[in-house]
Amino acid sequence: MIRERNWTKITRIENIPPREGRPVKIGDLEIAIFNLNGRFLTIENACPHKGGPLCDGIVTGTAVVCPLHGRHFDLETGLPVRAAEPSCLAVFPTRVEDGIILVDIEGGHRVTEADAA
Amino acid sequence: MKRLVVVGNGMAGVACVEHILKQNPEFEITIFGDETHVNYNRIMLSLVLAGEKAADEIVLNDVEWYRSNNIRTRLGVKIARIDRNARMVIDEEGQGTPYDKLILATGSNAFIPPIPGVDKENVHVFRTLDDTHALMAKARKGLKTVVIGGGLLGLEAARGLQVRGCDVTVIHLADSLMERQLDATGGEYLKRRIEGLGIRVMLPRQTAALFGNGQVDGLRFATGEEIEAELVVIAAGIKPNAELGRGAGIEVNRGIVVNDFMETSDPDIFAVGECTEHRGQTFGLVAPLFDQARVLAATITGNRGPVFSAAAPAAKLKIMGVDIFSAGSIDEKEPGVEVVRYEDPALGAYKKLLIKDNRLHGMILVGDVEDEQIYLDWMRSGTDLAPLRRQLLFPPAALDLGLEVADMPDSETICGCNGVRKGEIIQAIHAHGITTMGQLKKRTKASTSCGTCAGLCQKLLRAVAPDFQEETKTTLCACVPFSYERLREIVRGQKLKSVEEVLAIYGNRKGCEVCKPALSYMLDMLWCGDHEEDRSARFINDRVHANIQKDGTFSVVPRMRGGVTSPDELRRIADVADKYQIPMVKVTGSQRIDLLGVKKADLPAVWRDLGMPSGQAYTKGVRMVKTCVGTEFCRFGVQDSTSTGIELEERLENLFTPHKFKMGVVGCPRNCAEATVKDLGLIGQDGSWQVVVGGAAGKSVRKADLLVTVETRQEALEASELFFQYYRENGNYLERSYDFVGRLGIEKIRKETVYAPEEEKQKLLHRLRQSKALSRDAWLERDQPANATQFVQIQAMETVREGQLV
Repeated sequence: MIRERNWTKITRIENIPPREGRPVKIGDLEIAIFNLNGRFLTIENACPHKGGPLCDGIVTGTAVVCPLHGRHFDLETGLPVRAAEPSCLAVFPTRVEDGIILVDIEGGHRVTEADAA
Repeated sequence: MKRLVVVGNGMAGVACVEHILKQNPEFEITIFGDETHVNYNRIMLSLVLAGEKAADEIVLNDVEWYRSNNIRTRLGVKIARIDRNARMVIDEEGQGTPYDKLILATGSNAFIPPIPGVDKENVHVFRTLDDTHALMAKARKGLKTVVIGGGLLGLEAARGLQVRGCDVTVIHLADSLMERQLDATGGEYLKRRIEGLGIRVMLPRQTAALFGNGQVDGLRFATGEEIEAELVVIAAGIKPNAELGRGAGIEVNRGIVVNDFMETSDPDIFAVGECTEHRGQTFGLVAPLFDQARVLAATITGNRGPVFSAAAPAAKLKIMGVDIFSAGSIDEKEPGVEVVRYEDPALGAYKKLLIKDNRLHGMILVGDVEDEQIYLDWMRSGTDLAPLRRQLLFPPAALDLGLEVADMPDSETICGCNGVRKGEIIQAIHAHGITTMGQLKKRTKASTSCGTCAGLCQKLLRAVAPDFQEETKTTLCACVPFSYERLREIVRGQKLKSVEEVLAIYGNRKGCEVCKPALSYMLDMLWCGDHEEDRSARFINDRVHANIQKDGTFSVVPRMRGGVTSPDELRRIADVADKYQIPMVKVTGSQRIDLLGVKKADLPAVWRDLGMPSGQAYTKGVRMVKTCVGTEFCRFGVQDSTSTGIELEERLENLFTPHKFKMGVVGCPRNCAEATVKDLGLIGQDGSWQVVVGGAAGKSVRKADLLVTVETRQEALEASELFFQYYRENGNYLERSYDFVGRLGIEKIRKETVYAPEEEKQKLLHRLRQSKALSRDAWLERDQPANATQFVQIQAMETVREGQLV
């Protein structure tokens, strides 16, 4: 099907240094955009464990480590890296055009376990 | 007893003697070696040159081995000729030694191309331990060094010398490096990697002459082009050392000709190793020579039967971080050969598999050698690849050898470097009750050279040894599997200046929250601050210089040296707390004031308004010096603890340490500022100071150990600096000083700090001063942020609409 996709222009790519994340607030939603050496990925910012700001975490491969208690989440899927973790995070379609990062805020989705399998 | 004489004390000859001894033979054995060393692992010389191994670590058979096996050993004796009629070998002094059976294991010599000037001073070859020592003695920082030859040995020599600081250029006759093991594409990937390490590569270059007056000054190429050189290493290949055979009149072509049983044309003379020629082939890699040794041992002990056939050669480059593996035939023009190829320039990875009749016929692996054992196994066992065609380039984990180690025949070679077979390992495990890798290595020598087979040995051990013990590893983490000590050597030796570089060359390229901060610390410490800081590798506290709290806000603790403040400072703190609506202001246990609940975006303004430097309360670094009022006000004080504490704090502040570092200075033994439970404490006494280290009053409580007692404040401060820098350099990341002191013992620490030779002390202090000179108050980033959005909240720009298939 075709739906109208709303791309929100966020910021210039150089505003997110390599291997770091930055938070962006849009309405009530807070997302974290990460720069994986030129590839940009967006995830919900709040860790489902205790709400830690994932944007401030250290990146390892395609995962981020929550700065508060060390939970790992995959930035591509929003899934916790260790299977025992309870819940996953929404990820948002992200692209770059003319050096500007665009995120489809309404396109955020959680990968269900069925999808993952 | 029959007399067996072995000419040559190298790997092949001694391996053969080891096999002969296992058969309980009736031999009186004499070994002649022209080198003065016991048998060592020649293929490890490059690791000695690179400083990764000490010379005694590559010894294969120590003096005790020769003695306990009743082997007469004549080292440093060169055999000049063989008298076949008298059945004697005659040394250079003219002394004869009779034999009943003679083994020639004279190895090979470095091939020196016939170029004018190769006899000049500072022109070396790289073949023996003595050659290695000579190169180590000459290597120094900035020495213009040229290595002639871009094969395995040349590249390893180049890297070893470069690690020692030399400015190295490799020149090579062919169009690409290691052309005997790699194709042009593989050679190009290798070249990029080698250049990435900082070694210049020039090819193709034909050397026409070496010039210089006595000493070498440079090289001239056939094109007329010249380059400077203060040291030249020739690694242009080897040639069999077959002179003894030739002189004795036995059949010799390029090497001493042997048949499938390792017999020469004289029934009492045998040959083994690189001096041989078998079916027209000569040898330069170690694996087939161990097979030769085994065959010859059978032949000579009266068990003639096993035959030697040269297996597919396999070659591995032993340069840390440059993964090259090549095996089998790499000739893609061979009829019937299909090629399967994969390359990723970004990863620097290149794989090429040559397949013939659905069997793996040869391979080239560059940059990604993870699967080399699987491939080697496919190749050697002739696995039918038809059902595996879709998985050739990335063999799935299900095909992991761990599951197949049980299926491997006992005759399968596990350790190609030292020629150890599966059966021998299993036997050794049972016979000697081996339970750890360490014991396995010691007993069998498996996995003591290149280490490629370590995984396989481990799996075998786990499967066979009933009491298998995983070795306790002190490696930093799985991403960079080296010990801290080893990593410090690597980073220093290989001149690595960024976390990304360390992870790319010695790690898994990803890193994690454990190793990244640890490496960040290590680089800062080793390069005294002169490194490429990578904020992304640091914990959030060190990205924004404040301590993250449970709600994502931050706490701010300004520096208040010695715990001394002023009405003016206190007023500013109060104003800041009001202006930024700081929810809590608290006095800390460290005689400072903590402002809690500050938003990240407010940090720069808060710091600016405070006008005080960072107290580093958020980092693994110098926290504070807690003091008492000492002689200033206290009626019991005997030393001026307050100003001494302030001076100590000024000398060390802004520096990083393996873990947080807290100090205390007290003006009398009443110890009001608790100096004896600090990482470092100064205790004032009447006429002297005690310097104590390694105290703790946290999760564990530990009374600090006395480092030294000195008379003056300046001496006390210097002793403090010595310990501080020593802990910085030798402590593991996240190791508190009290664990550090406990681990090393105070005696060792004393010996290497306050009681070290003056020169060593000055070096420690010098490195501390260098680091201090490049350190700065982190809160100055309020005006010069590390990047535009370090503190600033990003605001979205606008929303655009477009139709798109979803």
